[in-house]
Amino acid sequence: MSIELRDVSKRFGPVAAVDRVSFKVDDGELVALLGPSGGGKTTVLRMIAGLEDPTAGDILVRGERVNDVPVQRRNIGFVFQGYALFKTMSVADNIAFGLKIKKWPAGDRAARVEELLRLFGLEGLGRRFPHQLSGGQRQRVAIARALAPRPSVLLLDEPFGAVDAKIRQELRDWLVRMHDELSVTTVFVTHDQEEAMEVASRIVIFSRGRLEQVGRPRVVYEEPANEFVARFIGVLNVLELRVEGGVARLDELTFPAHGVPEGQGLRIGFRPYAVQVSRNPREHRYRATLRHVYFLGVLMRLELETPSGLVVRSRITKDEFTRLGLAEGDVVSFQVREYRVLARDGEPLGPEVSAMHHAGTLGEGI
Amino acid sequence: MSRAGGGKSGRGSEDPWWVRLLLVGVCVAFAGVFLVLPLANVFAQALAKGWQASLGSLAHPDTVESFRLTALVTAICVPVNTVFGVAAAWLVARFEFRGKALLVTWIDLPFSVSPVVTGMLFVLLFGLRGYLGPWLDARDMQVIFATPGIVLATLFVTVPFVARELIPVMQAQGSDAEQAALTLGASGWQAFWHVTLPSIKWGLLYGVILCNARAVGEFGAVAVVSGRVAGVTDTVPLRIEKLDNEYNPVAAFTLAALLALLALGTLGIKTWLEHRQHAGLARAQGPMESSDEH
Repeated sequence: MSIELRDVSKRFGPVAAVDRVSFKVDDGELVALLGPSGGGKTTVLRMIAGLEDPTAGDILVRGERVNDVPVQRRNIGFVFQGYALFKTMSVADNIAFGLKIKKWPAGDRAARVEELLRLFGLEGLGRRFPHQLSGGQRQRVAIARALAPRPSVLLLDEPFGAVDAKIRQELRDWLVRMHDELSVTTVFVTHDQEEAMEVASRIVIFSRGRLEQVGRPRVVYEEPANEFVARFIGVLNVLELRVEGGVARLDELTFPAHGVPEGQGLRIGFRPYAVQVSRNPREHRYRATLRHVYFLGVLMRLELETPSGLVVRSRITKDEFTRLGLAEGDVVSFQVREYRVLARDGEPLGPEVSAMHHAGTLGEGI
Repeated sequence: MSRAGGGKSGRGSEDPWWVRLLLVGVCVAFAGVFLVLPLANVFAQALAKGWQASLGSLAHPDTVESFRLTALVTAICVPVNTVFGVAAAWLVARFEFRGKALLVTWIDLPFSVSPVVTGMLFVLLFGLRGYLGPWLDARDMQVIFATPGIVLATLFVTVPFVARELIPVMQAQGSDAEQAALTLGASGWQAFWHVTLPSIKWGLLYGVILCNARAVGEFGAVAVVSGRVAGVTDTVPLRIEKLDNEYNPVAAFTLAALLALLALGTLGIKTWLEHRQHAGLARAQGPMESSDEH
């Protein structure tokens, strides 16, 4: 079922946890709410569920305003971050809880529990108690319990936060498969951009209570709406330049800056994949020394230092690296294929973003 | 066991043997003189003239009446304070509101106020020369020197037991499971009955047991408000003192022995409950295990 938020705000005292947020989730979609912790995404999820009341704005499910509909009658399934299983009940009783409350006949109840246990790979665990399950099993029980009464919407708060890396990958694949099979409208909260990219059909990005961008993973990655999104979604080299004689300049590096007033500051960002490296010191525009090589699996991360001491990060595939025959200490040349103007002087910039700016450090997490 | 040099013991403690012996000795002596000896004396005195005399002393009508009164007071106070304790713990553990610290302090108040002062307080409030006394008297209602006063004083004294026991338990558990029940369609009452109550039952039982023990044994506050009318407003502890004053040690100590037995039983149940509670907590927090326990 479709979900829509219109100008929704939530204040806790003087603090705006969510600030005039509007977006829509279509029927059957799998959407991620992404952002750093404290960004307001969990509050948004809880407001959709009815566990928090919005201070202002409307929440609509299938076009109907549900602000005044209590949580019990919203027909949503909610999976809590710590799973919140009923520890005094067996797995089967946990899953059957919502059915019992909704007064399903005992026979239907048992059949539904069996069906879910099978669907979620929990056969034979029905009589276990939550403390006798592994983390991954607990999570599946929590999702099964939420789905048992056939909700129209499934909401998950950091569903992969509490399990280790290997299981996390399995659970992601499994969530996507389950969503494909059941096609129930699903919204999940995560702070992991990779997870959001991989699992969601669309991503809603929050930062400090405000909505930054909504879009398909690819769109968000390739056309970030602003600097925050660009930095949060992907890794980025960031340069602070000053315009002199029609070009923006920082030491050796220059970028065209037509129509920008003389002396103005300009911030430019480019992805490490957009940095082309050659072993021939004269092939590309800038010369640099290859300071460090980091092995990231399929990718190699290169740290290039220009003669004036600027450090630029590049990423190339392992094959490319081998083909070029690069080694640490080599003198190389590089160029920037694509870049983006992030900000001009006088434009506001979030504090957490500017905090990452140290003199001479031009990228983070690259 | 190999001992390196100096002849020190291989155990964690580095204290010389005589220090340990001294400490153990002091503890044993203290427990013996102040706990075991008096308790043994109670039973010895009770049975000084044989079983028959002891049991016979219990049949005195005033003693029987004191049992009835104590049972009545306990039967009122324990349920009332159980309900209040659960409600107060729920309020404190689940909600943020103005005056929360005040509420918690108030719950603790009976612990810090002398029971005699509590009794005086009720006399001052409901006594004939108190604030509400004349009004009540005009309507032919007697609180002080009557059962209602005893109930009120006992209620006040036993307020903290259940609430104090449950607040930390409920705070530690958090409200996620209850909220999960709400999202599954449960009403607040259903969430409490099916989810909250089962998860706090051991702590609750523990609080109820302690509350019960205190309700039965309360002396000071009740002594002030009861007026001690023989066969009418004497509870068991008051009756014990009266019998003792009347130079009837067998009857006094037989009643005292009964209370002591009740206390020992309470201690036993309390220890067992603590064990259950710890086991429950360990299971709830422990790693996965594949034991089958049902």
